[in-house]
Amino acid sequence: MKKVLTTPISDEAIKSLKVGDIVYLSGTLVTCRDEGHRRVIVEGIMPELPLENIAIFHAGPIVKDVEGGWEMVSIGPTTSMRMERYEKEFLAKTGVKLVIGKGGMGAKTAEGCKESTAIHAVFPGGCGVVAAEQVEKIEGKEWPEFGMPEAFWILRVKEFGPLIISIDTEGNNLFEANKVTFHQRKEDALNKTAKEIVSMIAKS
Amino acid sequence: MTQNEASNTMIEMVGKFVDLVSKQLPDDVMAKLKELRAEETTPLAKAIYDVMFENMEKALTLNRPTCQDTGVIQFFVRSGAKFPLLGQLRAILREATIAATKSAPLRLNAVEVFDEKNTGTNVGSHVPFIEWEIVDDSANIEIEVYQAGGGCSLPGRSIVLPPLAGYEGAMKFVFDTIVDWGINACPPLVVGVGIGTCSNSAALLSKKAMLRPVGTHNAHPKAAEMEKKIEEGLNAIGLGPQGISGKKSVMAVHVEGMAHHPSVLGVGVTVGCWANRHGVIRFDENLKYEIISHKGARL
Repeated sequence: MKKVLTTPISDEAIKSLKVGDIVYLSGTLVTCRDEGHRRVIVEGIMPELPLENIAIFHAGPIVKDVEGGWEMVSIGPTTSMRMERYEKEFLAKTGVKLVIGKGGMGAKTAEGCKESTAIHAVFPGGCGVVAAEQVEKIEGKEWPEFGMPEAFWILRVKEFGPLIISIDTEGNNLFEANKVTFHQRKEDALNKTAKEIVSMIAKS
Repeated sequence: MTQNEASNTMIEMVGKFVDLVSKQLPDDVMAKLKELRAEETTPLAKAIYDVMFENMEKALTLNRPTCQDTGVIQFFVRSGAKFPLLGQLRAILREATIAATKSAPLRLNAVEVFDEKNTGTNVGSHVPFIEWEIVDDSANIEIEVYQAGGGCSLPGRSIVLPPLAGYEGAMKFVFDTIVDWGINACPPLVVGVGIGTCSNSAALLSKKAMLRPVGTHNAHPKAAEMEKKIEEGLNAIGLGPQGISGKKSVMAVHVEGMAHHPSVLGVGVTVGCWANRHGVIRFDENLKYEIISHKGARL
């Protein structure tokens, strides 16, 4: 059965989630990426929409203007790691409970998730149409001056996912753990490949 | 057809082709993804592949760009010297980009340099980006369009190594790049490696290598062997779909090279994501077209 988180998200609802679990989201989801994080943390300006207990999405959508509003065309996740510098502070300042993006985030965000009781999850990258179909409505837009990808889009979503938990409220970090494994495997794979290629090139 | 009419016809056709490439992955990539999907065994890896395939299907039925990041539009032009619209081509490709941006619609991705403001049109200085090659004396032209998101553009890099670093140094550069940066570039990846004589020749060759159809091999037996060895090595790392770990890291590794200065070995790496949106279309002098990359597709 699908496990669905609904906004406002309580601490209890996310505390039981562990890295590698799959969940879905219903409720309010706002896009917030590089410019949005810079505005909140560096400029100290908050959006009008209260962010407490809702979810943000590292994403820059394609949105079509239609009569009386907007239509979501395609909205997949962008690389979360770009927001690593500010995310910990962002969580503490906003009370956001769920951060959705692509790829993992670093140690600082993991610390932030533990301290602020929040989680990071990944939506499969490059799947912008599936995600767009789970957006019921674009409820609003703030910071339009950032342009289409960077604006702060306020979305109402239904069973948005699959979301794979990559950092849980204990600060466990799926991608950082994977990275250690990948680096260990790289040493062996590189040695073998380099040796084979050097000897092949040397053959006349 | 006057030259003006011909230009307008070509704008319309290239525009439609750019639109198509944003919504439908080419045959070579589709075939490989099906193969890799069948190999994955863990619930997470399978779940990700399921969503990827659901997404490709929905992009087609709903007529939408498969990924929201439709890139800065790039064209690789391989033309005969006598193609009649060669002199107008830069303007044609620019207008075609604007047309596709409206029709698809594509994301507005052109941020004007120095002013750092989004142009709002998806074109700007040197955008669309065009690489030109005059390949023969014919009146035919082949245009390849590529739409790379920011995520898979990020790992791209080149370096010029001293000769003693040799192919061993080149391999370290490739493996470091993929493991440090490939995870966020939406694996399984297409990896292009260029061996050149300076930073830009290596980078360009790596881009050409990446764009080669998946399933093709370099004609030089040693280069083909190198492709196979690097592919095996990178797959042994097991990045899996989206870097969550799995059986494979890459769809393909392609290597292209050139003769180089004895004192240097340039190495370039270009990475393409799983949603590898590249497409090739050919025109003859009468603008009769043939789509090479997407069999059966019509404009």
